[in-house]
Amino acid sequence: ENMKNTTVILVFVVATAVKILLIPAYKSTDFEVHRNWLAITHSVPLSRWYYEDTSQWTLDYPPFFAWFEWGLSQVAAIVDPEIVRVDNLNYDSATCILFQRFSVMVADLILLYAVIEYCKHQRSIDKQHEWSSLSVSILVLMNCGLLIVDHIHFQYNGFLYGILLLSVTRMLQDRYGEAACLFAALLNFKHIFIYVAPAYFLYLLRKHCFMSSSGSVNGIHTRRFLPLPFIQLGILVVAIFIASFGPFIYQGQLGQVLSRLFPFKRGLCHAYWAPNFWAMYNLLDKLMTFFGTILGLAPSSGSGLASGLIGEHYHQVLPSVSPLVTMVITALTMTPCLAKLWLQPTPSHFLKALILCAYSSFLFGWHVHEKAIMMIILPMCFLVVKDHSYFNTFLLISTSGHISLFPLLFQPAETLIKVCLFIAYSMMTFALFKIRSQKSGWTYGCTLSPFQLLYIVVLVLVQVYCTFLHGGLGFLKRYEFLPLLMTSVSCAVGVIWSWVLCYHDFLANQKECVV
Amino acid sequence: LFEHTPALYSAILVSVVAFTVRTCVSLHPYSGAGKPPLYGDFEAQRHWMEITYNLPISEWYFNTSRNNLEHWGLDYPPLTAYHSWLCGAISFQLDPHWVALETSRGHESYAHKLFMRRTVLVTDLLLYFTAVWAFVHVLFRTQPVTHKVGLAAVLLLQPGLILIDHGHFQYNCASLGLALWGIVAVSSHFDLLGSVAFSLALNFKQMELYHSVPFFCYLLGKALRSRSPTQKVTLLGITVVTTFGVLWLPFLADMETALQVLRRQFPFERGLYEDKVANVWCTVSVFVKLQRLLSAASVLRLTLFTTVAAILPSSWALLRNPTPYTFILALGNSSLAFFLFSFQVHEKSILLAALPLSLLAHWHPFASLWFGVLASFSMYPLLTRDRLALPCWALSLLFLMLSLAFLQIRQRRVSPHQKLLFAGCVGLLLATCSLSHLVTPPPKYPHLFPLATSVVSCVQLLGFLGYLHYLQFTAGDGKDIKTHNE
Repeated sequence: ENMKNTTVILVFVVATAVKILLIPAYKSTDFEVHRNWLAITHSVPLSRWYYEDTSQWTLDYPPFFAWFEWGLSQVAAIVDPEIVRVDNLNYDSATCILFQRFSVMVADLILLYAVIEYCKHQRSIDKQHEWSSLSVSILVLMNCGLLIVDHIHFQYNGFLYGILLLSVTRMLQDRYGEAACLFAALLNFKHIFIYVAPAYFLYLLRKHCFMSSSGSVNGIHTRRFLPLPFIQLGILVVAIFIASFGPFIYQGQLGQVLSRLFPFKRGLCHAYWAPNFWAMYNLLDKLMTFFGTILGLAPSSGSGLASGLIGEHYHQVLPSVSPLVTMVITALTMTPCLAKLWLQPTPSHFLKALILCAYSSFLFGWHVHEKAIMMIILPMCFLVVKDHSYFNTFLLISTSGHISLFPLLFQPAETLIKVCLFIAYSMMTFALFKIRSQKSGWTYGCTLSPFQLLYIVVLVLVQVYCTFLHGGLGFLKRYEFLPLLMTSVSCAVGVIWSWVLCYHDFLANQKECVV
Repeated sequence: LFEHTPALYSAILVSVVAFTVRTCVSLHPYSGAGKPPLYGDFEAQRHWMEITYNLPISEWYFNTSRNNLEHWGLDYPPLTAYHSWLCGAISFQLDPHWVALETSRGHESYAHKLFMRRTVLVTDLLLYFTAVWAFVHVLFRTQPVTHKVGLAAVLLLQPGLILIDHGHFQYNCASLGLALWGIVAVSSHFDLLGSVAFSLALNFKQMELYHSVPFFCYLLGKALRSRSPTQKVTLLGITVVTTFGVLWLPFLADMETALQVLRRQFPFERGLYEDKVANVWCTVSVFVKLQRLLSAASVLRLTLFTTVAAILPSSWALLRNPTPYTFILALGNSSLAFFLFSFQVHEKSILLAALPLSLLAHWHPFASLWFGVLASFSMYPLLTRDRLALPCWALSLLFLMLSLAFLQIRQRRVSPHQKLLFAGCVGLLLATCSLSHLVTPPPKYPHLFPLATSVVSCVQLLGFLGYLHYLQFTAGDGKDIKTHNE
């Protein structure tokens, strides 16, 4: 059994070697954020965790993540007590950097475990699993987005996505209780995973708590509601939430915790616009304002193409958007796929619906971070190694998604590295699928359509402009936000395009795929 | 692109991965970072750019008022000087402060480090990467694509070379790349071009002398077997002399200049060895202090005698049996012999032996794997001083994984005895390296760990010397490679 995992472990070791090489890379303010949380959870009593604000980076993740930081802080205190001093702002000695970087690498072991479990699942259902094991290992463990965000920029997404992928695997294996528990726990680590909660809820409800009269769960005839499984799942999930929020409810701090978790005052878009629908909406608004001012139709206002910072963004021409509106639109766009999931609850439909929910929330959500693109890409890695018809879509989202992460690393040294990592990853992805298509002789090719090829070329040209030319052309220097805007909008095209392809395939495709 | 030329696609992919690894290593500190007044090899290279760009050629190797040879005086042959001049010219265009005479001493800045790192990256791409692909393509034409690509990957991800060039900061990729071009050309019967390439390599770093004897014997051996030996030998001689002449032209104005250049390259006034090196003399000195027993001149004679004695057998074998395979074996033997027995050896010179050993990966993947790891860890004390210890572990791990995959591709079985030997020897080496971080040495033996590392490495190197000799003497006539005109 262990011998069969060697490929996965080998890929993980190679990825870890690269991560070690990236230790001295640029680290963002997120490094200080997590150091601060280590300090808070270690030095401050539980009752003050969500009140502590010596540093501007207050605790805004759910309690399980705080406990995770608490666990790490116990080790940190031994390694270097200076790390866990609350007032030691912006502390980044060599030991601190080594400790935190290694903590991310060690946490990634959970991602490794998730991939191993997925490969084990593949072995039981598929004769030709060697290629899928290798592919999923490379696609997930060597994902350049994870390398850029986790190991350079600094975050802990690796192990969180490990928990997500593990719970997805358990769903595919029909182990519903474990899947529900894992997902509930995940929500208590980082509440952004609520983006995909509808898929979980509906699938579990339909699959686990309803029985069709003919005995086959796929039937759409009379359904019988089974109260017992529902209560079982309910108790498990509620228990997990109580374990997480319980101590804070007991101290009457629930309001404070929730206000930290859901800061709705932050504005429709992040400081850097995530490549979603609202980015294009903002652009349209700015263009209309711009042309409106030129044509004398609208009064000119202070903000031009130059602005785009965090904060309340007031649209000039198009109607303003409130959080409620985004929630309604997100729910509306999710409805078709959730409906199909309800009517035909199969494992592959669950995975596809999960991805589509992530898409909807990303494209239409309030204050979306660009890093949330990983919630689309990583589950799609699981899908594309089994259902090869998604290769085009995957290549599109992978390319535009990873390029949209480029603005996170703007220093010259990391600029070269991010481009190299991206090219290496994309070439490996392409090669893996080409090898597979040659071996099994597919009818639908692994080639990009001419439009997709053109789009990728345009993306690359935009990036070339943003990296090299914008700084050089003096007269455009006033518009500092222009490269970010161009990156965001050009990637949004790819994200929306792949979303449409994905949705179309999900709704129209009748062929069932074993996942 | 993929369908029509999978070989080209894989070649690009492997090159991109190898390049990415180099860019990541470039993030790490360089030799002498933040250590005034002398700093390290990085400052030396920067200083040479400053000297060659600002001063006339006549002053490059001399101690003048504007060129203080005490602060990293030029001690490599002219081609390095010309390369430094080129880099200095580009450097001046980007920011004059980087090469300003006198005032740029010890200059350290983010942008400058980036520039210097990029010069190594470009040199590596132009000389070493191209040489590797030429080697793989020319000598292994008939092999399947996976074997060729795997071999290239192993050659491009040699941990020791990447650590020294892109970490510590040197331009070994230039001299090794040129030497590899020489090997490729000479193995495919482009003898004249090969000798030009090797002459260029030799004029980049005088350490390439380690490789010179096998080149000489191989070319001589082939010439003696050809139809008109005297003609060939004269042609070769003329080519080499012309190449040297062209490169040394500015320095041949008078005898004194030429002699000074030579004196800078071969400083015999220095001691038997500078640092703790995995060299026989360093190991012997643990037990017997040679410098105290013998005079400086006798020490010199002793090293000369042993080195020559060590080189003779393999050179003779090569003369009698000149094939590309025995040529590479002889290169390994010669560079190991020089490294182990010669005078004033630096630990970085292990890279000269690592090159031929890596080229043997196709025939002896396990030995190649072992040597790659051994070479990088034999330099561990140096790397620790440069704060490159972690990259050393990471790169060696990466190389190990890759080589194991290559072993699979070549379908070579490793016997339990070999595994045990490898685990024991390399395990001991890794233990001494790890212990150097965890345990403080007793005050009586402050250099305990570097010495232990050197001794353990030396013993293994001697083992390799014996093994390579065995291979060379039992090699048949022309192993399983078909080269260009055979």
